[in-house]
Amino acid sequence: MLHEVQQSELALVVWEQLENVSDPELDEPITDMGFVERVDVLNAEKVEVDFRLPTYWCSPNFAFLMAFGIKQEVAELSWVRDVTVTLKDHCFDDKVNAGVNGNRCFDEVFSQYCNGESLEAVKLKFLEKAFIRRQETILLAMQQIGYSAEEIVSMKLSEFDRIEFQGEEERKQKPRYRSLLISHGLAFLSKDPVFVTWSGNRIEPDNLRQHLSELRSVRINMEFNGALCRGLQSSRYKEVEIGPDGPTLVDFIHGRVPPRDAGSV
Amino acid sequence: MYRTKDGKEIFVLDGHTHFWDGSPENQANVHGKQFIDCFYAYHTNLSPETELWEKSKFEKYSADDVYRDLFVDGPDDMAIIQSTYLNDFYKNGFSSIERSSAMASRHPERFIVNGSFDPRDGEKALEYIHYMKENFDIQGVKMYTAEWNGDSKGWALNDPAAYKCFELCDKLGIRNIHVHKGPTIIPLNKDAFDVHDVDHAATDFQNLNWIIEHCGLPRLDDFCWIATQETNVYAGLAVALPFIHSRPRYFGEVISELLWWVGEDKLLFGSDYAIWTPAWIVDQFWNYQIPEDISAERSGVQLTDDIKEKILGLNAAQLYNIDVAAKLQQLNASPIQIAAE
Repeated sequence: MLHEVQQSELALVVWEQLENVSDPELDEPITDMGFVERVDVLNAEKVEVDFRLPTYWCSPNFAFLMAFGIKQEVAELSWVRDVTVTLKDHCFDDKVNAGVNGNRCFDEVFSQYCNGESLEAVKLKFLEKAFIRRQETILLAMQQIGYSAEEIVSMKLSEFDRIEFQGEEERKQKPRYRSLLISHGLAFLSKDPVFVTWSGNRIEPDNLRQHLSELRSVRINMEFNGALCRGLQSSRYKEVEIGPDGPTLVDFIHGRVPPRDAGSV
Repeated sequence: MYRTKDGKEIFVLDGHTHFWDGSPENQANVHGKQFIDCFYAYHTNLSPETELWEKSKFEKYSADDVYRDLFVDGPDDMAIIQSTYLNDFYKNGFSSIERSSAMASRHPERFIVNGSFDPRDGEKALEYIHYMKENFDIQGVKMYTAEWNGDSKGWALNDPAAYKCFELCDKLGIRNIHVHKGPTIIPLNKDAFDVHDVDHAATDFQNLNWIIEHCGLPRLDDFCWIATQETNVYAGLAVALPFIHSRPRYFGEVISELLWWVGEDKLLFGSDYAIWTPAWIVDQFWNYQIPEDISAERSGVQLTDDIKEKILGLNAAQLYNIDVAAKLQQLNASPIQIAAE
């Protein structure tokens, strides 16, 4: 009994750790997206994680990034000796699973299967997209509050920290924007400007509008994938049944365990 | 024909439709199953609830279904049926020109059936283009650059083998090249999102019209940039349009960018039937206005009635040399009816 309790507590710890892995395209934790299907802890040291993406055809480089992310995050837990990550129902699943669970380094595996791309370069590209999206949310919210272009582009980190946003999305994005700003070395001291480009350049007040337009075009592309992705995730393995009251969506997945419950099995 | 609330009649040419067979009997392997499953997820995810189909009908629908959904219940006057083979996934092809043409032959005045070829087949591709021209007198083709073919997981429009095919198309008068540049249904070694090959091909083949289906989403900015540079590049709105229902503000952002960069004369309506049916899409599109704050970001671009009319049919009619007034007269002379089973 004690053993079982411990296993389920450890599984919950793993679930929490997995919140640090994001879908690179959507900039959302894979646990929120419902991608993670199973977490099991064996003998309090071996972890197995199964995940599944919205479609069989999701881009392999995203699949690799998430698989590597899962392995890395779980391996950081001090009690974990071994991690097995399994991607299910994907056109590249055998290669992703062999790649992530084998002994070769991730860079090599990624480059082999993703058209010679460099893992670090791809990671950086997605970090930039995340930065852009978070920054746009914050900038639009600040404009709405009534900050002028001058005030926005000259705002210091310390002033930014004192702003209290009202909207749910900007409240969520504020700490995420800040953490990326710091981790990427774009701001450091309390007097550093808080709105700069990803390359670290200052934005001129006259250029703020143009800057926002560039952020928007990146977001339009991301949102297309995001909207499809979310929708496809919710419809995968569902069929329409035409009953007397018209069509309804029927989940016919057998034995699929909702993520949170799985943690406490 | 779409009739507006004030009685105006709008010519509708549906630029992107299919007559496919994705049924289990035609599936060659798990990829075939997963492909139609993915289409079905698009259908269930972006359609209004009242427009949902059962899976078995979605996998394989009848010629009568097409006629009813497009012309009886739907507002289309004409439809372009695209061919897509996916021979690695489907025994008799996903939607072959032979099967589509047989269906269309019941109402030839309403259908344009386009062909398809795979440049990686080399000489055979050239022979096949001749075959399609001679037997079906095709005016256009649909290209699927991310299609699998043996070990290859994709190709580019500016590959040398592709250029040979486009030279032949140009010679035979096959002028409309529809290219799938959209969501990655089949993702692979070649980046299925990438639209830069369009730039090369459109520059090198000025006589051909390049209709980029799904307007390059999710690479809308790259696509807009290319389409602005090239006078012979058009945007097909299939897949972008259904967002009008589920995410109307988002649709407003996309259409604003397209109007601003690509222009009202180069946007083409497509329902992407049978993923979606045209009735609800056309109705919602006609009644749609870009939200003011979004439009303001692009100098106040707006979908006026005139622009909507161009997008729904007039632009495509130009590409396919259709005299709209004469066509409407012809169609009105033979009233719509469901053919006997």
